[in-house]
Amino acid sequence: MYQYDSHDQTLIEERVAQFRDQTRRYLAGELSEDEFRPLRLQNGLYIQRFAPMLRVSIPYGMLSSDQLRMLGHIARKYDRDYGHFSTRQNIQYNWPALESVPDILADLAKVQMHAIQTSGNCIRNVTSDHLAGINPDEVADPRPYCEMIRQWATLHPEFAYLPRKFKIAVSGGPRDRAATQVHDIGLQLVRDDTGEIGFRVLVGGGLGRTPIIGEVIREFIPERDLLSYLEAILRVYNLLGRRDNIYKARIKILVRSMGAEKFREAVDREWSEIRDDPRLVRKPADFERLRTFFAPPNYAEGTDSGVSERAQAENPAFARWFRHNTVAHKHPGYRAVHISLKSLHRAPGDMTSSQMQAVADLADRYSYGEIRVSHKQNLLLADVPMDALPELWTRLSELDLATPNIGTLNDMICCPGLDFCSLANAGSIDVAADITARFQDLDYLYDLGDIRLNLSGCMNGCGHHSVGHIGVLGVDKKGQEFYQITLGGSSAEDASLGDRVGPAVSKDQVADTIEAIIHTYTETREGDEGFLDTYRRVGMEPFKERVYA
Amino acid sequence: MRKIIRDRAVVEDTWLHLDDEQPVPERGDVTVSWQRWQKEAELLRNRDGGRIGVRINGDVPVDHLSDELCRLPLLVLEFPAFKDGRCYSHARLLRCRHRYSGELRATGDVLRDQIGYMERVGINAFEVRQDRDVDDAMRAFDEFSVDYQGMGPGAFPLAARRAAAQG
Repeated sequence: MYQYDSHDQTLIEERVAQFRDQTRRYLAGELSEDEFRPLRLQNGLYIQRFAPMLRVSIPYGMLSSDQLRMLGHIARKYDRDYGHFSTRQNIQYNWPALESVPDILADLAKVQMHAIQTSGNCIRNVTSDHLAGINPDEVADPRPYCEMIRQWATLHPEFAYLPRKFKIAVSGGPRDRAATQVHDIGLQLVRDDTGEIGFRVLVGGGLGRTPIIGEVIREFIPERDLLSYLEAILRVYNLLGRRDNIYKARIKILVRSMGAEKFREAVDREWSEIRDDPRLVRKPADFERLRTFFAPPNYAEGTDSGVSERAQAENPAFARWFRHNTVAHKHPGYRAVHISLKSLHRAPGDMTSSQMQAVADLADRYSYGEIRVSHKQNLLLADVPMDALPELWTRLSELDLATPNIGTLNDMICCPGLDFCSLANAGSIDVAADITARFQDLDYLYDLGDIRLNLSGCMNGCGHHSVGHIGVLGVDKKGQEFYQITLGGSSAEDASLGDRVGPAVSKDQVADTIEAIIHTYTETREGDEGFLDTYRRVGMEPFKERVYA
Repeated sequence: MRKIIRDRAVVEDTWLHLDDEQPVPERGDVTVSWQRWQKEAELLRNRDGGRIGVRINGDVPVDHLSDELCRLPLLVLEFPAFKDGRCYSHARLLRCRHRYSGELRATGDVLRDQIGYMERVGINAFEVRQDRDVDDAMRAFDEFSVDYQGMGPGAFPLAARRAAAQG
């Protein structure tokens, strides 16, 4: 993965010193609440319901074992011994003291980490495919480009005070595991007719209270020109995006009001002026240099002597885990292993400090010292030898990190909800727990196949409810927590927004409602047809009838 | 006279900033709003008692400014609130697109914690908000010695890295 040189290191250390002084001035009354807010936000610090929340950046989800150890150390020393992995591949701490945040940032800087631009109206953490570099279907590894974008966006002086937050996601190819169609900018690696590498560019996608699927404004931008093209988009948005209404300030509203074609023309005009700016042009040698950081490890030969196959035959529990929590790998003799953070005993995406320490050790032992965070709030060990799988499974099981539920209904995306977040209208963690408890029969879960259930505690949509096959959205009705259910959403290459089933249901009815939807599905599906396909074939009516019967 | 920062030094502001109704004095350097410049450019350009500068806000279409305007010795960018980031793009367009080489000054809600960004987009003079200490704001310039965009006075990592890779 990427390693800082002295420039990168100097920058984050200077950033820590800057924020330490800003915090001091705020506590001394020299900075007002309003003046301090964007400064702390652009260092990841929110003020939440009970305490501040600190969001630490994990660029495109890549972590070294030392970094994960440090995240565990921070959870133990400054927080309540756990952290929460988010849908944008970051980690959030819910209980740090404001005064200690500069020390936390200094600790992070020791392992090449920071919280820069994880919040605020600026370019946020660039996210990507958690299977980058190891899956057979990608055009190219997106991570070198992600790192290039990360550097370009970090403390970019022109774009620190945008109309609203700005999120970029990059997918390595046509299979979209990065939700590129619901980001402010979505980039998909493609090859043109001559075999040259470039990007399909989408703009104006997003979730939140006005969910919109992004529109393609360029079928092909050569890699050389990616940064100048991004800069042109950002400049048009910075100048023309609305600043009078926070709910209409995202780029999706601008693209919609101008129309994609007009927007593209404005970007092209700007781009034609800056396309050859030497500060933005990237040469083949620049990509070569970046690619070296993401070169495959020295895979060993003879890593599949049949150990794993025998274990599957002998142990049904291992076989279940192998089938659901491990993924095929480009290199023979290896698999990628999902570490499920969706256990019955913790909130989705949460991990304790001792689990972090232990997984860091496991990564060193079994997966070249690297860990990835997926946008579905699980971790991944990307390069595990086949023969090591039974042993790794045993270790993960001891840590309660081997629940064999990846891709199932219980592998929910879920925001922190009313328990922590000051924006939320309703709880999400307890609803997720209700649903998980309801679907405990593994064979039944597996029979249902891949179902994406996404849960948000308010319409800001951090839990991606609008793109869940089943979406659950918490709303407030006269002080009561209610939940709107949607069906048919997707954030993959076939992206779509979910449709509302009908009136919202009360909290104690959510699990019943999900069960009714699932029964409808199992009764109407044809053969092994998936949930989404069934819904798209039969439409809302049968589901609606059953739910409100 | 008000103290401002120009080229990283605290100096006195010798310019008079006229509102749209205020009569133009015979002598002295003055700035006027872009709207007033539109109406009175003829009158102002023939005045020989002092220099003219123009104040520009986020609404002004900077892409279409006249060559004459871009040769003035002072252009002032107005930040009605420090969170209004449009003038950062204006500054870059003026410096890069129009090759503006005169004084580019920030006025309005200008605070120490934004000055670093402002300088990197090409603003070289700052009217720090009057309830704040100008000398304190000078510390903004020491905060970063590097940047990724090649727009600061510090080392430009990409160039340095290319050189390192070749060496």
